[in-house]
Amino acid sequence: MSREHILHKTRTALGRSVGQPPAPAPPARLRVPEVDPEARIDAFFRALEALAGKTHRAASPADACAYVAAVTGGKRAVASNAPFLRQCGVTSLPGVETGCTDRDALRAACAAAEFGITSADYALADTGTLVMLSSREEARLVSLLPPVHLAVVPREKILSGLDELLTVLPQPAELTSCMVLITGPSRTADIEQILVRGVHGPGEIHVVVV
Amino acid sequence: MTALYQVNIQKTLGDPQLQSAVYAATGRLIDHRSKVVAPEILPDYQELRTQANLIKKHTVENLDYYLEQFEAQVKAHGGQVVYAREGAEVVDFLARLAKEKGARLIVKSKSMTTEEIELNERLEHHRLETVETDLGEYILQLAHQRPYHIVAPALHMTRYDVADVFSRRLGVESEVVPEKQTRIARNVLRQKFLAADIGVSGANFLVADSGAVVLVENEGNARLATTAPGIHVAVAGIEKIVPRAQDLVVFLKLLGRSATGQPLTVYTSFLSGPRRTGEIDGPDEFYVVLLDNGRTKVLADREKRQSLYCIRCGSCLNHCPVYRKIGGHNYPWVYSGPIGAIISPQFLGLTHDPWLPFASSLCGACAEVCPVKIEIPKLLLELRSEVNKNQRRGRRLERLAFRIWAWVMRHPRIYEMLVLAAASVIGNGESGQWLSRPPALLNRGPLRAWFSQRDLPPPGRSFRQMWRARTRATRG
Repeated sequence: MSREHILHKTRTALGRSVGQPPAPAPPARLRVPEVDPEARIDAFFRALEALAGKTHRAASPADACAYVAAVTGGKRAVASNAPFLRQCGVTSLPGVETGCTDRDALRAACAAAEFGITSADYALADTGTLVMLSSREEARLVSLLPPVHLAVVPREKILSGLDELLTVLPQPAELTSCMVLITGPSRTADIEQILVRGVHGPGEIHVVVV
Repeated sequence: MTALYQVNIQKTLGDPQLQSAVYAATGRLIDHRSKVVAPEILPDYQELRTQANLIKKHTVENLDYYLEQFEAQVKAHGGQVVYAREGAEVVDFLARLAKEKGARLIVKSKSMTTEEIELNERLEHHRLETVETDLGEYILQLAHQRPYHIVAPALHMTRYDVADVFSRRLGVESEVVPEKQTRIARNVLRQKFLAADIGVSGANFLVADSGAVVLVENEGNARLATTAPGIHVAVAGIEKIVPRAQDLVVFLKLLGRSATGQPLTVYTSFLSGPRRTGEIDGPDEFYVVLLDNGRTKVLADREKRQSLYCIRCGSCLNHCPVYRKIGGHNYPWVYSGPIGAIISPQFLGLTHDPWLPFASSLCGACAEVCPVKIEIPKLLLELRSEVNKNQRRGRRLERLAFRIWAWVMRHPRIYEMLVLAAASVIGNGESGQWLSRPPALLNRGPLRAWFSQRDLPPPGRSFRQMWRARTRATRG
C-alpha cells in the first residue's frame, strides 16, 4: 500500500521508528501588540482603502442600514443569516433576500444578485482583512459570487492582526470547515501585470464598521 | 548541456520582446517585495525568516509523525486522506472517484504539484474535462503551454498573445484590453464552476493539528473551486505540512510579501473537512491526496533535505540573473529558477540534466531573499560535486589543468611571471578598452568557449604591484 510505503520510506530516511514522538517543536511565534479600539478602526480603514476597498464608519445600526440602502439602491441583494444584519435592519431593505438555508437555493440567489451582504466574525486592523467562518449564519458564497460584497461589522470585532486572530482562535477547525480571510476585492495581475479587479470574486468591497 | 537547450536558450536571449517582458515583470516583483520587507515596514522580517526555517526544519525532521497526525485530523473532521507514490496514482484515484460519482467536469485552482504530474493531460485520457481557473493558468491551458513562473504563470505573454489565444480557442472577437479579457474568462469560467462535479486544488500548507488545507490566492477561483462542486480534492506534496494552525502566522506574513509584495493575499482559505451540519454550503466530500513523487528520496540527504522547506513564493526566480535572462521555459522541469535548479535534479535524478546545477553564477541573491532560508548556492555546489563524481571519465584533462593551477598558486614567483606574460600577450588594451576579442594565442580550446561569453577588463597594474608600491611608500 502506498501509505505504508511512503511512511516507511520517510522513517527510514529520517532514522525514525513507528510511533516515535517528535522532538519538541519550536514554540509558536505570536506577537500581539496593544492597540486601542479607535486606532484599530483607523488602521483597518487605511489598509482597506489602500486596496481600493470602500469604508464607512456608522454611528449607529440605523446609520449602517442607511449606508447599505444607499449602496444597493433597491437592486437585487442576498444577505447572510447573521443576526447582526437583522439587528441593523439590513435584512428588511427592499431587494434584499435573506434567510436561505438550502444550498441550491442560496447558490441560485447569489448567482443572480448584484450585492452580497454579510457580517464578519473578525476583522484584522493591520491588513484590512475580514475573517469569515462558514456556519448556518454565514454561507461561503454570499461573499463570493455577487460582484459587490458589503460587510457590516460591529467595531469590537476588529483585532490587531493575524497574531491576535490565531491567539483568540488557536484551532479554527474546531469551529468550522472553512475560515476565509478576505483582504480587499478579488484581483489579478496575470496579463502583463496589469491590475484588474473582480476576477472570480467581488470586484468591489464595502465595509461598514458600527 | 544538450544542443536542444542551447538552441532554445539562444532563441530566448535573441528575442528582445521576451527579454524585456521577463526583465520588466521580474523587476516589478522585486520592487513590490522590497517595499514590504523593508526594516521600517516589517522590523521583524529576519526573525520571521528564522522562525519559518526552524519550523520547516522541525517538521521535515519529524515528517512521519506530522503526516499521521494530519491524516488523523482530516478523518476526525469527516475527510479522507489518500497517499500517492507518483502521479499515476493520483490520476487513478481521481479517475476512479469520477467514475464512481458519475463526474465529468473538474475545475482546478492553481497548483504546481499538479503541474509536476501533468494531471490535466492525463485526466483527459480518462475523458474528464479539467479546466484551469486561475486566469494565468487558464490562458496557458488554452495555449498548451506550461507555467513560465511559479506564481505568475503567464508572465511571458503579452495582452496581444492573450487576445490571439482567446480568439483562436474561445471563438471570441480579438480583445486586447486586459480588463475585458479578464471579463471574458470570468464569464466562461463562472459557468464551469457552477456546472463542475469536482474541484481540485493544490495546497500552500497542510496543518497537522487541524487536518486543514490552506490555500492562498487573489482571484477567488480557489474559493469557488473548493465551494461550488460537491467534492473537493486537494493534491499536495508531503512536505507542505506545518505542525500548528498558529504557525501559519509566520508563513502567511512571509509568503504574500515574498511572492507579490502583498502583506496578505486577497483570499486565504483554511479548509478542514466537508461542510458540517448546519453549514449552508461547501462540498459534501473532502479528500487530501498526499504525493511523494521523489520527495522521500530528497529526505534521505541530511544537507539537501532543506530543499523541501520551499513554500513556492517564486522570489528566487525574480532575483536570479540567470532566470531573468533565460526565462522559465528553458529549465527541464516545471520548477524553474534557482529552486528548480536544486529540486529538479533531486526529484528526477542527477543523470537527467547534469548541466542544471552549473547554470548559476552563485551570486547568492536567491538565498538572501528566500523566506525560509534555503541555502540554494550551497546546495548547487553539492550537486555540482555529485555530478563530477558521477562523471569521472573524460575529465582527465580538466583535472590535470586544475592540478597545474593549484601548483602555480602555491608558487608566487612563478604565478607573477605568468601574469606578466599573460598581460604582455593580451597587450596594453588600447586606451583602457575592455577586450571583447582575446588574442589568437589564447583563443583556443576550452578558453575559446570561456572568452566567447566574457569580456576582459584592460590589464592594469596587478594587486601585487600596487601592494609593493604602497609598502615602499609607507617605508620611505
